[in-house]
Amino acid sequence: MKEQLNLDAAFSALADPTRRAILARLAKGEATVLELAEPFDMTQPAISQHLKVLENAGLVTRRVEGTRRPRRLSKAGIQAMDDWLAMLRKALERNYDRLDQLLAGMEEPKKKRGDKR
Amino acid sequence: MSKLTLKTEGDTHVIVTRRFNASPEAVYRAHTDPELIQKWLLGPEGWTMPVCINEAKPGGKFRYEWADGKGHGFYLTGEYVALDPYSRIVHVERMHLPDPTPDNHVETRFDPDGAGTLMTIRMTLPDAQTRSAMLATGMEHGMEASYVRLEGMI
Repeated sequence: MKEQLNLDAAFSALADPTRRAILARLAKGEATVLELAEPFDMTQPAISQHLKVLENAGLVTRRVEGTRRPRRLSKAGIQAMDDWLAMLRKALERNYDRLDQLLAGMEEPKKKRGDKR
Repeated sequence: MSKLTLKTEGDTHVIVTRRFNASPEAVYRAHTDPELIQKWLLGPEGWTMPVCINEAKPGGKFRYEWADGKGHGFYLTGEYVALDPYSRIVHVERMHLPDPTPDNHVETRFDPDGAGTLMTIRMTLPDAQTRSAMLATGMEHGMEASYVRLEGMI
């Protein structure tokens, strides 16, 4: 159940363009709040707030290095979203596999008529 | 080998594509004829669609009810906006879980592709938040059923 709550939070976190940009930046490598704030032209508290949302969603983790707290992408969090989308695709595909069978049956009589001609 | 693609576009769209080895007419009919819909639009094994009402005409309503035979179920309602046989369907739909989800505007195209059909579903949600919620809690067409099943497995 906890996994599910995290997924909800993860997809909600992605609904914000700034947070997507932060993730895109972190995909290139870890960065501190200060480093993240600069290119985004945002205050540190604003960036910290976005990071908090991303951390709560399990998409970003922080590391302690002396006085620095660099953030990085959470492989597990990203993987969980990926797995979920893969599951959705699979479930959809199950329906359409059934539809393939149905369509094969529908097309058959037509082909037979064609053969007679 | 999966023939299905599912991707997001912009902040509010979800695009699904799938190819079928059948004519656009056949694929279109499988999406609008209740007797045919009941045979495939089911989600995981064990789920059935005991109720399938479908008035395939502009302004016509549809209602699909799914059940797992163990007391679990949910339903979807919608209205047709436009139908161009056998190439395009535009409709609005919402899931009832049991509270209704925000309206999903859906355009489904059936384009000839060699001897088969390329189906393209373009969903438009009211906002990014709603799309996120839809992707997170499971999508239409048996997605919720799959989700319930997944929950049971975890």
